[in-house]
Amino acid sequence: MTVKDDQSELPFETTADVDVTRWDQVVHFADVWVTSPARIVWDDFRTRVGLIILSVYALMGTVGVLFYPVPRLNAGPRLVGPFENFEYILGTTATGQDLLGLMIHSTPFMLNMVIAGAVFTSTMSVVVGTLAGYKRGRTDQILMGLSDIALVIPGLPLVIVLAIAIQPENPLVVGVLLTINGWAGLARSVRSEVISLRNEAYIEASSIMGLSTSSIILKDILPNIMPYVLINFMQAGRNVIFASVGLYYLGLLPFSGLNWGVVLNTAQKSGALNGFHALHWIVVPIVTISALVFGLVYFSQGLDRIFNPRIRARHSKTMESDSPEDV
Amino acid sequence: MKWLLKRVAGAMFTAWAALTVAFVLIRLLPGGPMDFMRAQLLSRGERGAQSSERMDAIVQAYTNIDPNKSLPEQYLEWFVALVQGDLGMSLWHNEPVGNILFDALPWTIFVMGTALLLTFTIGCGLGALMAYSEGSRFDYSSSALFTLMNSVPYYIAGLLFVYFFAYNFDLFPPRGRVASGVELSDPVAFYGSVLYHGALPILSVVLTGFGGWAVSMRGNSISVLGTDYMRVGELRGIPRRRLVLNYVGRNAILPLYTSLMIAVGFMFGGSVILERIFAYPGIGYYLVQAVNQRDYQVMMGAFILITLAVVIGIFIADISYNVIDPRLRANEAD
Repeated sequence: MTVKDDQSELPFETTADVDVTRWDQVVHFADVWVTSPARIVWDDFRTRVGLIILSVYALMGTVGVLFYPVPRLNAGPRLVGPFENFEYILGTTATGQDLLGLMIHSTPFMLNMVIAGAVFTSTMSVVVGTLAGYKRGRTDQILMGLSDIALVIPGLPLVIVLAIAIQPENPLVVGVLLTINGWAGLARSVRSEVISLRNEAYIEASSIMGLSTSSIILKDILPNIMPYVLINFMQAGRNVIFASVGLYYLGLLPFSGLNWGVVLNTAQKSGALNGFHALHWIVVPIVTISALVFGLVYFSQGLDRIFNPRIRARHSKTMESDSPEDV
Repeated sequence: MKWLLKRVAGAMFTAWAALTVAFVLIRLLPGGPMDFMRAQLLSRGERGAQSSERMDAIVQAYTNIDPNKSLPEQYLEWFVALVQGDLGMSLWHNEPVGNILFDALPWTIFVMGTALLLTFTIGCGLGALMAYSEGSRFDYSSSALFTLMNSVPYYIAGLLFVYFFAYNFDLFPPRGRVASGVELSDPVAFYGSVLYHGALPILSVVLTGFGGWAVSMRGNSISVLGTDYMRVGELRGIPRRRLVLNYVGRNAILPLYTSLMIAVGFMFGGSVILERIFAYPGIGYYLVQAVNQRDYQVMMGAFILITLAVVIGIFIADISYNVIDPRLRANEAD
């Protein structure tokens, strides 16, 4: 690399003479952004279990859909129990649909909805919380007033009322709708995190150096609250799953495409709740739903332990060895 | 007392703003209650529905909104009626919405309030226990177990309870708030029956909910246990009981209060699904019923009442937070 003459005088703009090859850059980038985080995630029991579960669902929703046949009506015998017939491993419904197929082909809808809702919640809460916490004053008052209002409007009734008017069918729209006021609580927490960060010396230094608000927020504050937001991203995903399955089960959202709540709804309508003949029809969706939520929550708990040194303040050794002798 | 007045004013402002949102929902949503009502009256062939004046009068009688007036006037009239407890008329039942809903509200508050208090108390207690035995087998296994229980949606637990204990084993009633024929004049039988009917809904919320609180409480307690003032307290020989309650308990519970306030909204909102599953005629039950009957007055009435219940619930949580944490009052007095 050549050094331009006019820049050589400036202390911070001199470039190193050593050549860094493209490959070195790739390796370094991979180490910082892929290998190291992956190693940290893999080291903690919770994040490992959570990651495995989440990967299974991600595979179900992407590759599984391509290879597993679409479950058609009356394709198989009615109400086959689970593990009775190798062709229909989790059993069939009263209309002869393969349950495993139903679960797999519902996954893309669910995942799209969950991701849309979680992204919406996180973005809203980060924007609102950071602005309020960093700007303080009038901005803070208005934004927190708004989030107080969003906080008291009960989510599910609001979604039900809005769903009547909007009739959402796209999973992405459903996801956003389900979290339409779910950002408020998280925005408050983000705000208090930002307020405590704001008094840190390095942020004060940045603002004395005359850096713009946007660059302080982007470079100094956001990286510090990201772990916190990531954890709450998972929690938001859990809330979307809970709300959506409940509303689809009660038939309060318009059915569009397959999802686990709809499967439960059909099971209930076909009388699967009366007697034990169709128990698997209810249990299979329930286990599918709960396992995904467990994966999300366990992963976020593990992340919390990794990012949040407070939780392991008393016995910092347990983090490394995880053995009871350290107590 | 200045802080208390401030809180009351804040809560009233929030309530007013939330009600205004409800008005906007009623008035402005395309295909919302007003238009729907008009269409429904027309299709029903209501007497004189053909003339638009007569129609407007009927709409006003049901919704407290006169379509001919300007928007601010509509808002004002609607709001005044609301403050007087007038929620409009039900199109389906043909009686005032208030008659249907005011009766249902206490039951929802009973079920959800009890469930929330139990969830919070049990969660905090167990979380503190887990923190004290941090790293032990009890700690690890209960963390995993509680998280697993926390992953089951509360209404799914409810569904399973109804399925097993009510439909198939006949141990608990599958629907209703109190056995028919039991009157308040016999308090023992009455409250016994109320608890019997409320047990499964409450249990399904508590069993699936306390795990989340326990895990958070565990984290908070561990960080308090690691602080210097705990060490100093121990060295000074402060009795263990006081250390546990005043030092750890208070400081670990305080951060949970924000979540508690969020939970109030979630709980009352959740009554919509829970009460439907247990066929428990609380306010959420009527909301869903009204949606299915396209009875928008009852639906919006339930929406408004649930919102007000949440405002009051959050207000109570906020006040008790101020009582527990004297620092807040001190700060605001300046």
